[in-house]
Amino acid sequence: MRARAAIAAKTLRTDRWWLAPLITVVGLSAWVIYATVRVFMHDFYWVADYHYLTPFYSPCVTERCVEGASHFGSFLPGWWIIPDAALTLPFLLLFRLTCYYYRKAYYRSFWLSPPACAVPDGHDSYSGETRFPLLGQNLHRYFFYAAAIISLINTWDAIYAFHSPEGFGFGLGNVILLVNVVMLWAYTISCHSCRHIIGGRLKHFSKHPVRYKAWTAVSWLNVRHMQLAWITLGTLAFTDFYVMAIAANWFNDLRFIN
Amino acid sequence: MGTDPQQAAGKPAAKRQFRIWRGDETGGDLQDYTVEVNEGEVVLDVIHRLQATEAPDLACRWNCKAGKCGSCSMEINGKPRLGCMTRMSTFEEAETVTVTPLRTFPVIRDLVTDVSFNYEKARETPAFAPPADVAPGDYRMQQIDVERSQEFRKCIECFLCQNVCHVIRDHDENKPAFSGPRFFIRASELDMHPLDTRTDRKEYAQSEMGLGFCNITKCCTEVCPEHIKITDNGIIPMKERVVDRRYDPLVWLGNKIFRRGQVPQTSATSGHSSGAVTSGAAHGGVHSHAGGSHDSGAERQAQQGVNWQREVPHPTAPAVDSSGKLPLTELTFDRAAAPSPFGDDVEFPLPAEHLNFAHPQQDEPKH
Ligand code: SF4
Ligand code: SF4
Ligand code: FES
Ligand code: FES
Repeated sequence: MRARAAIAAKTLRTDRWWLAPLITVVGLSAWVIYATVRVFMHDFYWVADYHYLTPFYSPCVTERCVEGASHFGSFLPGWWIIPDAALTLPFLLLFRLTCYYYRKAYYRSFWLSPPACAVPDGHDSYSGETRFPLLGQNLHRYFFYAAAIISLINTWDAIYAFHSPEGFGFGLGNVILLVNVVMLWAYTISCHSCRHIIGGRLKHFSKHPVRYKAWTAVSWLNVRHMQLAWITLGTLAFTDFYVMAIAANWFNDLRFIN
Repeated sequence: MGTDPQQAAGKPAAKRQFRIWRGDETGGDLQDYTVEVNEGEVVLDVIHRLQATEAPDLACRWNCKAGKCGSCSMEINGKPRLGCMTRMSTFEEAETVTVTPLRTFPVIRDLVTDVSFNYEKARETPAFAPPADVAPGDYRMQQIDVERSQEFRKCIECFLCQNVCHVIRDHDENKPAFSGPRFFIRASELDMHPLDTRTDRKEYAQSEMGLGFCNITKCCTEVCPEHIKITDNGIIPMKERVVDRRYDPLVWLGNKIFRRGQVPQTSATSGHSSGAVTSGAAHGGVHSHAGGSHDSGAERQAQQGVNWQREVPHPTAPAVDSSGKLPLTELTFDRAAAPSPFGDDVEFPLPAEHLNFAHPQQDEPKH
């Protein structure tokens, strides 16, 4: 067996290859900290007047849930350790954790495997996704199905929020909830598993013209999957913050109708 | 006074700093050079100038200078690139350009590496398997069906993706179990191909090619000079196809209950991990295209026209290397030039008397 070239430097890259993983670490960490704080705050998630419900508490299913926020009943005990959206949050977390884009992002930035292209792996041995626990990444498709159902619930929340004490109502909060839901759908539909299920798995597109059209559309979105992954982190946090601010009376919702 | 030809051609030539790795498998280091660089030149031009001037023994592989042969793969400022497609104008005037050989493969000398690993993996990858009842030439398919496969046909086999992939770049011990992105897109190309009839490509990719080692960090896509979306269009769809077969609990349950969808045990799916697919054709046996039968009946028939049954003598077997196969490159073989896959005693065009076909009137006098 011949030897590789004896090059002393671990990497000869001269550009700022460490910048992208650094931004990823900062961005993802900030979001996770914010989300954790909010999930265990157990407060300021519902605006009774306008029916605004933050996506972090949808649907609210514990005993401590306020009336109106829990469309599916409140059957779980109200311990602080249990998130109020305990039915949905774990699936959303697993959906994003096993997402092909987020995998790339955290394998590179948190796990340094590899931190950047042609920069050495931070680990001595490597088995990739060949065995437990990372073999479990292959379950992404099932979390995609769950996420699609949860997007339906979020859509219902956004529609239900066209409300005011007088009946129908429409304010800035509705726009924010709607934008968030549209972005969530775009992210969910642009998923690689979705692209595969909708048409990618076919061998003969010519025999399935409708699925081919759908596949083409999903492929168009799929190219933007990374952008949508970050955009939805932003819209989720912003929507939650806005609802929290209104619920806590930090400022008033800008109302257009009622 | 004559004008300087360089000046006449536009901007004056500037001197630039280069560091180039010189050495072989016993060791080597980066050596400094100051070279003239003209407007519009690429890194490969500069290497050629060095060969023409101060470093005539600098080894470098190249062929087309047009980004289409995939020979001039090297690492420029630490990034895997084609030397002929990296413009000098992308660097700062004062920047030192560092050129090294591909790290993942054994070095032969200077910038030339031994990329046999890739040829071995190519040989292990099961070939296109068209339907048995359709003759070549009768293949018909629709453009939208074959479109996805065509993206992967743009590959120029520069092996930059193989070189950058951390699975083998940083962990040499994974080489036997891992085929690499170039062959994952080959597997996808064939699995998506409308006329390919093999049904075990997904299982094969997972169990023999090491698809599971890939953690989709996309470096292969980043370096591909043909801009093939290796990860998004090749590897991830292949992973999803594997999920269809292997990790889908509903499919798994269905298989348990109805005992269907069992992977036929071919040489491609058997447990060994060296993974070489051997051809089904037995060596030896009757060779149809070299002739002179000893059976007089068959000989007479052959004289009447076509007789595929006529026994013809076996040509010598092709020259093989220690693994019992045709050598991958001249480098790893003991003689110059590639051996004939038909054996050394077969010449083309075949002599008329070695054919299984005889023209009915061939013995009549020609006019
Ligand atoms: S995406 Fe997979 S195959 Fe491509 S470089 Fe990364 S680990 Fe290797
Ligand atoms: S896929 Fe791209 S990078 Fe890999 S060998 Fe082919 S052309 Fe080169
Ligand atoms: S959600 Fe990112 S790939 Fe499925
Ligand atoms: S010389 Fe052919 S690709 Fe560079």
